[in-house]
Amino acid sequence: MILTEKQQQMLNGEQGETLAKVMKTLVMYGEAFGAEKMIEVTGEHNHLVTSFGLKMITPVYDLMNKLIEAGAVSKQTFSVDPRPLDKNVPANFLQNLIFNKFMYSKQDFYEGQLKELGLMDKDAFTCTCYMDEVGNKPKKGDILSWAESSAVVYANSVLGARCNRNSGIMDIMGSIAGCVPYFGLLTDEGRKASWVVKIETTKKPEAQLLGSAIGMKVMEDVPYVIGLDKWLGDELTDSACTYLKDFGAATASNGAVGLYHIDNLTPEAKEQGKDLILENAQEYVITDEELERVKNNYPVIWKDKNAKPKLCFMGCPHMSLQQLKDWTDRVETALKEAGNKKVVIPTVFTAAPKVLEEFNKTDYAERLKKTGVITSYICPLMYMNNPLCAKMPVITSSNKLRTYTTSRYYTDDEILVEITKGGN
Amino acid sequence: MKEFKGRVVTPGRCSAKAVVTKAGFNTLASLQKALQFGDKTATCNDQNNPDIYGEPLCGNALVLPQTIGSTTGGMVLYCACAMKRQPACMLFTNHIDSLAAAGAILADVWLPDITMPVIDNLGDEFLDYVKTGMTVTIKDDGVVVVE
Repeated sequence: MILTEKQQQMLNGEQGETLAKVMKTLVMYGEAFGAEKMIEVTGEHNHLVTSFGLKMITPVYDLMNKLIEAGAVSKQTFSVDPRPLDKNVPANFLQNLIFNKFMYSKQDFYEGQLKELGLMDKDAFTCTCYMDEVGNKPKKGDILSWAESSAVVYANSVLGARCNRNSGIMDIMGSIAGCVPYFGLLTDEGRKASWVVKIETTKKPEAQLLGSAIGMKVMEDVPYVIGLDKWLGDELTDSACTYLKDFGAATASNGAVGLYHIDNLTPEAKEQGKDLILENAQEYVITDEELERVKNNYPVIWKDKNAKPKLCFMGCPHMSLQQLKDWTDRVETALKEAGNKKVVIPTVFTAAPKVLEEFNKTDYAERLKKTGVITSYICPLMYMNNPLCAKMPVITSSNKLRTYTTSRYYTDDEILVEITKGGN
Repeated sequence: MKEFKGRVVTPGRCSAKAVVTKAGFNTLASLQKALQFGDKTATCNDQNNPDIYGEPLCGNALVLPQTIGSTTGGMVLYCACAMKRQPACMLFTNHIDSLAAAGAILADVWLPDITMPVIDNLGDEFLDYVKTGMTVTIKDDGVVVVE
């Protein structure tokens, strides 16, 4: 790899042993992918994936300490994934004991480390940092060193920024050095599609189900999706962006997609159209039957498959402001139809702290509260990692949450029935 | 016995029993429970991967096409290495993915006492040939012997 003089000096240890290791990490990372040079990180802020002060990840704290002690802090301020704990979310005495004493007992300590390394502000904890309310929204063409699979795929696909699917810890290496190896999704060639996905459904496909099907099929390749604009339109409206947020998170967690193009909708597809499709691209046709097949193949690992759900999580990735408002309307209407005043299953809607702050300024907040739905800023995945929570029958419309936990997937419409009427 | 040739991502030699997944290896889903609650065998906890669900990963040769899932994957792999719960080696049939590469490289650079050889580009024939329980030996220059 050809390095600039400054990068070479860093690698040679002229700025200290720790920064030399940072650069060595990035060089090896690039060499694994045939990168021939580094490219400057141009995004205003970084986004890190590791937000949880899990007792067991002491190797991460040790490494962060080494960076802090050497003054090797991030050149950009950064947001980070959601916090793992919130007293608003239902948990019994034993669950709380495990959360606080055995799992996330290092949360305060780790947040202190994040602050020293360059955390944007005390509320910069969300997986949807690109929401307007949060303020970490990269521009088209920005080079990023982000992690968090759902944020990376959104930044690449919807915003047109350029970022590889970096891992936790590797994310901060790029913003400490100020450069990342030039390969993969940072390059024009790496952004071409090797799959054409044709949407031939009779109704708007469920975002999280469609994303799951495509992710499992194409794995880490780039899909070019044709026919979705029929359902989403050809403008990146708030509603289309919300759909793509949830769709992308499922492609990234059920597979390893870092970038997708939606014909006539996402920025590069609008500019370059089908020129983005590589020769000999493979084809995947999505029909109603195919989505049903995918959904029916999800394992249900509840001990009692017919158990009545004890908790429902919505908002993985975190909900948008408009999504919170729309769901307030939907829950109210469905409750009225069912003749119920409050949701029949404890239900938590999660969103970024700053999105919740804005939501709480609207009259929707009080209306949602009256339905019994709880709002929170936590990461539902981190809640479900508690083994006592994992034993509970929890339902969700998040395919990401389903993938990583024992929670059971239902479509949005099914969830609405479950929480307002009770499906079981 | 059959010999395969791949590319060295992180160097080292080892001989271990193979644990084979034909589906993508979801690092977070597979290892989070093991790391969180001190399972020294690092039993695979990925409910979506019947190939290796419940199989011990620590000390075994993990054969996989690539890793998938959360971008915490590399951090999880790095922690597994630091806690000495890592596979003896990782053998990728495809080109290594960015998350696995990060985990392996972070361990190689920042954990001088830990060795986890990683070979990629071993090809589909390798994945067809090697079965869970077979012995896999890594020699020099990315040569992998299966018997």
